Amino acid sequence: MKSSHFTTGQNNSLILLRILIGWHFLYEGVLKMYNPAWTAKGYLLSASFFKPFFAWLAGDTMISIVDTLNIVGLVAVGAALIIGLKIRWAAIGGIALLALYYVAHPPFPGLEQGPAEGSYWIVNKNLIEIGALVVLYQFPAYAAFGLERFFSRKKAEPAHG
Amino acid sequence: MKNDDNLFSSWSRRDLLKSLAGIPVLGTVWFAGAKLTGDAKREKQFLLETLNIKAAPPPATGPMSGNPIRLGIIGFGIRGEQLCRALGFATKEWIANMKEAAEKNPNDTRLKEFLAQENLNIKITAVCDIFDVNAERVIDSFSTPENKVTRFATHTEMFSSGQVDAVVIATPDHWHAPMAIEAVNAGIHVYVEKPMTHNVSETYSLRDAVRNNPKVVFQVGHQHRQTQSFLTAMDIIAKKTLGHVSLVTTNTNRNDDNGAWQYDIHEKASPETINWDQFLGNAPKVPFNKEHFFRWRKWWAYGSGLSGDLLTHDYDRINCLLKMGIPASVTASGGIYTHNDGRNVPDVMQVNMEFPDYSTGSSQEPGKEKGMTFVYSATLGNQFDRGTHLMGHDATMDLGNMITIYADARSTRYADLIKEKRIDPMVPIYQYNPMANATDAVTSATAKYFANKGLLWTYRDGKRVDSTFLHMREWLSCIRNGGTPSCSIVEGFQEAISAHMAGLSYKLGRRIEWDAASEKIIAKPGEDLDAALLANQEKVVSV
Repeated sequence: MKSSHFTTGQNNSLILLRILIGWHFLYEGVLKMYNPAWTAKGYLLSASFFKPFFAWLAGDTMISIVDTLNIVGLVAVGAALIIGLKIRWAAIGGIALLALYYVAHPPFPGLEQGPAEGSYWIVNKNLIEIGALVVLYQFPAYAAFGLERFFSRKKAEPAHG
Repeated sequence: MKNDDNLFSSWSRRDLLKSLAGIPVLGTVWFAGAKLTGDAKREKQFLLETLNIKAAPPPATGPMSGNPIRLGIIGFGIRGEQLCRALGFATKEWIANMKEAAEKNPNDTRLKEFLAQENLNIKITAVCDIFDVNAERVIDSFSTPENKVTRFATHTEMFSSGQVDAVVIATPDHWHAPMAIEAVNAGIHVYVEKPMTHNVSETYSLRDAVRNNPKVVFQVGHQHRQTQSFLTAMDIIAKKTLGHVSLVTTNTNRNDDNGAWQYDIHEKASPETINWDQFLGNAPKVPFNKEHFFRWRKWWAYGSGLSGDLLTHDYDRINCLLKMGIPASVTASGGIYTHNDGRNVPDVMQVNMEFPDYSTGSSQEPGKEKGMTFVYSATLGNQFDRGTHLMGHDATMDLGNMITIYADARSTRYADLIKEKRIDPMVPIYQYNPMANATDAVTSATAKYFANKGLLWTYRDGKRVDSTFLHMREWLSCIRNGGTPSCSIVEGFQEAISAHMAGLSYKLGRRIEWDAASEKIIAKPGEDLDAALLANQEKVVSV
């Protein structure tokens, strides 16, 4: 997808969206990384959907791997989206993480919601962020802002001997 | 370098800036996250160092090695069966039921936990239950080819048989002291359910018996003393974290028939299967009555109502922490408001115990603060959880499985920190979850939500901690390795006298006072306190 197909306003909007989502992922990841007491155990054990799967993830053998992977995933996705590198991979990774968060505690009627700052029915902010990442996957918007531009230039115009 | 120059040669400065513009954003977010976490960690560390509370579980009791202890069980009703399971003995029916429950629900780990429980190296050699069905269940389930459980018609025969080293008494309250006194005098170790005694005079007799037989290990069944947070809570008090505690509020909140002692009446109950005279003992002679037998907690003749049955747990739990002893005076009120079904013990009861000279220490000028009220408030018609609170001038302790401490907005000790906004009275300054990995000074709403659901609990040495198991283990350890159990005769005496003062205040409709010098409950001239307490009627008109 070439940025030249978009107007400047469209391009900037996509870049803004990318930075905002990247910011959110990175901050969540960094906070968890610097807090040694943090663990996803409670979130997983209280899952209201696919309970056996999440209970397995929360088990003694899996939980430290799950915690590490979650932090690495959040930081990697966040950093990639902010600096504009491997945006499509980052979008897929982000969607996968959000899908897990969503499925563990889906805002379905009749299921316990746990602590939430707003009111949700089927659609919550995790799902909306998934939607936004789908948009970024389809319109990566890397050409105008970010390191990907650097490499795309490189490919387009190989360096002179 | 040449290559690099070439690489950028086709780029405008604007292009390059655009490409690298994400880096500062990345750095800013990272820095902010790291700084915020670091600041929060430092504040938490600062609070923990300021409070300097030592969080520690109670030390493990001694080894269970040596010859098996030969145990007799007196009373195999609801509580007796629970105590036997804590000792490692479950009936065949219970195991079958739990197997079925675990098959239906894989999260039901009751059987798994029971099977994983440590072997306490005991033999149940004797049982005494005056209901044939209960006695036969013990013999049927606990007998082995090498060790057949013997049934005795009376506790006296059991004690003189030479077949038991120790006895567990889980009978109706009116039998606790008579049996315990006989056992202690026969040199048999005793674990007796609460309340320790049913009336005032036998409380002294039992204390004399235990004092005269120092080799006998005597434990009252207040398993709350084994709560994992106990030592931590004691350290919190010792460090004057709460300041002067002027009020302690405890409560019982139940709202179902089982909680109101409306237990099932067994279909096989009859004068042929129950030794009625042996049940009555020192209680008023009445004709055979199934309801009295199975729901004995509802009558003063056999039970002790809310004050003996449930207040004792809360009183003992706080006495274990504060060691405030017997109150100077007690007032009680209440009535039969939720289960007007022929019972004569109250189902709603409020008890105020006064300790006018007691103090947990003060952060204010000397002499300003002294004295404390212990409040017990109970209803069997509502189960809203009100929690247990120790309310001090400087902070409040919420005492449950977890300990949570909130600074008081008008505290003297924390005044500066509150002013500097380093302490928020709405946010706990300390939280101890004995089952969690970390001690938290400040907990997020989400973490608190999960912790309150018990989801962050871990298991000690791979096993869930059961306080009744620990309490019985402590008793067995003292029998084997020496030492005094945590709820021995001193604590039991204080528990029993305090409970009887509450019962007397309710029945006599007046304030009951304790003379600490002579160790006597003050009676009015001509007043028979035991007669009033045991009178099988709701209230007694004072003379």
